[in-house]
Amino acid sequence: MALPQAKQDATEARITALSLPEGGWADPARRDALARVRAMGLPNARDEYWKFTRPDTLVAAEAPAAATMDSGEAPLFDSRDRLKLVFVDGVFSPEESDDLSLEGVTIDRLAEAKDIHWAKDLYGVLEARAQSPVARPLAALNTAFASDGLLIHVTGKPSKPISLIYRHVSDRSDAILHHVVKVDPGAEATILENGPAAARFNKCMEVDVAEGACLHHIRAQGRDHERRAATHIFARLEKESVFKSFTLTVNGAMTRNEVVVEFTGDDAVAHVAGACMGDGDFHHDDTVFVTHDAVNCESRQVFKKVLRNGATGVFQGKILVKPDAQKTDGYQISQSLLLDGDSQFLAKPELEIYADDVACSHGSTSGAIDEDGLFYLRARGVPRGTAEDLLTIAFIAEAVQEVEDESLQEDLVERVAGWLARRRD
Amino acid sequence: MLEIKNLHVKLEEEDKQILKGVDLTVEAGKVHAIMGPNGSGKSTLSYVLSGRDGYEVTDGSATLLGEDLLDMEVEDRAAAGLFLAFQYPVEIPGVGNMTFLRTAVNAQRKARGEEEMSSAEFLKVIRARAKDLKIDAEMLKRPVNVGFSGGEKKRNEILQMAMLEPKMCILDETDSGLDVDAMKLVADGVNALRDEGRGFLVITHYQRLLDHIKPDVVHIMANGRIIKTGGPELALEVEQNGYADILEEVA
Ligand SMILES: Nc1ncnc2c1ncn2[C@@H]1O[C@H](COP(=O)(O)OP(=O)(O)O)[C@@H](O)[C@H]1O
Ligand SMILES: [Mg+2]
Repeated sequence: MALPQAKQDATEARITALSLPEGGWADPARRDALARVRAMGLPNARDEYWKFTRPDTLVAAEAPAAATMDSGEAPLFDSRDRLKLVFVDGVFSPEESDDLSLEGVTIDRLAEAKDIHWAKDLYGVLEARAQSPVARPLAALNTAFASDGLLIHVTGKPSKPISLIYRHVSDRSDAILHHVVKVDPGAEATILENGPAAARFNKCMEVDVAEGACLHHIRAQGRDHERRAATHIFARLEKESVFKSFTLTVNGAMTRNEVVVEFTGDDAVAHVAGACMGDGDFHHDDTVFVTHDAVNCESRQVFKKVLRNGATGVFQGKILVKPDAQKTDGYQISQSLLLDGDSQFLAKPELEIYADDVACSHGSTSGAIDEDGLFYLRARGVPRGTAEDLLTIAFIAEAVQEVEDESLQEDLVERVAGWLARRRD
Repeated sequence: MLEIKNLHVKLEEEDKQILKGVDLTVEAGKVHAIMGPNGSGKSTLSYVLSGRDGYEVTDGSATLLGEDLLDMEVEDRAAAGLFLAFQYPVEIPGVGNMTFLRTAVNAQRKARGEEEMSSAEFLKVIRARAKDLKIDAEMLKRPVNVGFSGGEKKRNEILQMAMLEPKMCILDETDSGLDVDAMKLVADGVNALRDEGRGFLVITHYQRLLDHIKPDVVHIMANGRIIKTGGPELALEVEQNGYADILEEVA
C-alpha cells in the first residue's frame, strides 16, 4: 500500500538529512530497518497512535534548538559507586568514561564493534518484532541510523551499576543512540541512565533477559526545558526472568517514552513505572505495550504525572494477553495530579484478553491536591508550600517504590523535591 | 487562653448560619467540655478556630493568648499553640507518619524561631510517647492514618498532640469509636499533658470520657449556641436525662 505523498515526503526529508553508517556487522540490520521506515513512513498527526502527541518536532529533518540548563544541583547518582559511561551530545566519550572493564559484563561501543557479535541476534531484531500490531517507525529509523550506543552483555553479577550519563552541550545537537543489553541465564545487573542527551534525542534500548536473569533499569530524563526525546525500550523476557524499569522525567518540551514488553517464557515478571514532573511548555507521553505470550507471568505498569501551568501528560497503555497465556497477572495504573486548572492528562488504557484464566486490572485517574490532606498537614503547623510538596511526593510514591533499591528511591525523590522547591522560589 | 466572643459563622457556599453567637473562654490550666446533640455546631466551632476553608465568620471574634486567631493562616495558628484532634483524622497515603510528625514539629519550631529538633532527639522522644499510647514502631512507619483502625487513628491524634506540645488543645469526639481500653489510653494521654499553662476544650457526646478526663467546666451546645454552662454535674445530668430537659428549660 502506497503511503500518502505528504508522509512519504516527510519521511524522505528526514532520511536524506541523515547518513547511514556503513561497514560493520550491523549493515544488514540497518538496511532492513531503513526499508521498514520507508514502508511505514514516519508518524504524523493523523496516525491513531499519535493522537495525543504531535510527532512533527520528533520527525522534522532538523532538530529544533534547545538551550541547556544548569540547576546548580549535583548530577544524579553522582556520589554512587558505578561504572561511568559518558555520552556528550550523543557521542561516547572515552576520556570522561571509566574503563569498559567490569567483572560480570562485557561492554562494546556500537560504533566500534566491527566484528560479528552476539548483538547480531538482537540488534534491530526486537525492534522489528515490535512493529506489529502497532508501527513504531521512529524506532526503525533509530536502528537504521544510530551512530553510537553500547552493547552490554551481562554474563554474571557485576558489583556495581552500569551508569550511562548523557550530557547535552550543543543547542542544536540531534542524537540517535541504540543500546543492546543481553542478560545471560541467571545473571543480574542494574543499568542507570541520566541526563539530557541532546537538543533532540532518539534512543532505543533492546533488552533480552534470559532464563532466571534479572535486569533493573532506572532512568532520569534530564531537565533542560526545551529538549525533545523519543525513546523506545524493547524487552523480551524468558522463563523466570525479571525486568524492572523506572523513569523519572523532569521537564523537557517533548518526551515520548515507548516501552514494549514481550513475555516469551513462563513465570516471568516485568514492572514498568514512571513519574514525571511537568511545568508549562511540557508534553510527556508514556506509551506502553505488554504482550503476555507465556503462562503465569506478572506485569505491572505504574505511571504518575504531576502537571502544572498548562503542561500535558499522555498515557497509552495496553496489556495484550494471548490465548495460551493462562494465569496472567496484569496490572496497570495511570494517574495525574493537576496542580492547576490549565494542565491536562489524556489517557487511553487498554486490555485485550484472549485467555480465560487471567487476573487483569487497570485504572486511570486525574485530580487535584487533596484539600483534606492539605488542611490536616497545615493544622499541624506544616506551611502550605511544604504540605503541597509532601502530598505531591506522596502522589508519585507508588511509582517510585517500584525501584527496589531504597537509596535510589531517595535520590529520585530528592530530585523531585528540588524541582518543587524551584517552582516556589 | 482561648477567648471566643459572639462568634457567628455561616457556610461559605450556602446561606446557612451554623454558629449563632458563641461565647466561651477557656483559661490556662483548665479543662472545658462541650456536649450537645448531633448537628449543633461543635465540629464547626473546632474547624473555624483551626482555619478550615468553607466557613465564613459573619460576626464576633476568637483570640488565642490575645492574638486574633481568625486572621491567621492555618499553619500559623498551629505554631501559635492551637491543636485540634480531628473527629475524623485524615488518611494521607504516601506520607510516612514519622516524616509527617518530624516535619510538623520542626516547622512549628522554626515558625517560633526555636531550634529544630535533631533526628536522634526526635526519635528518642517519639519512641517514649508512642510507647505510652501503645503505638508500635510499625504504626509509626506506615503512611499517616492509612489502614489504621478507628482507635489507632485517635491514639495517633493524641501522639501528635504530645509531640507538638500545644498550648490550647481541642479534642473533637476523640472518644467516639473507642472501646473502654482505648479510651483509657487516650484519656491517660490527655491527662499526662494537663498542665498549668495549657487549656483543653473537650468535645464529646458522652459522659464516659469525662469520667477519665475530669472537666472543670461543662457547656451544652445546641443549635449553634452555648445554652447552658455548669460544673461536672451538668455532664451527669445529660447522661441521665438526655438533652431534652435542658433544651426545654432554656426554650
Ligand atoms: N461543610 C459543610 N457543608 C454543609 N453543611 C455543613 C458543613 N459543615 C457543617 N454543616 C452543617 O452544620 C451543622 C452543624 O454540624 P457540625 O458542626 O458537624 O455539628 P456537630 O459536630 O455538633 O455534630 C449540621 O447541620 C451540618 O450538616
Ligand atoms: Mg462533630
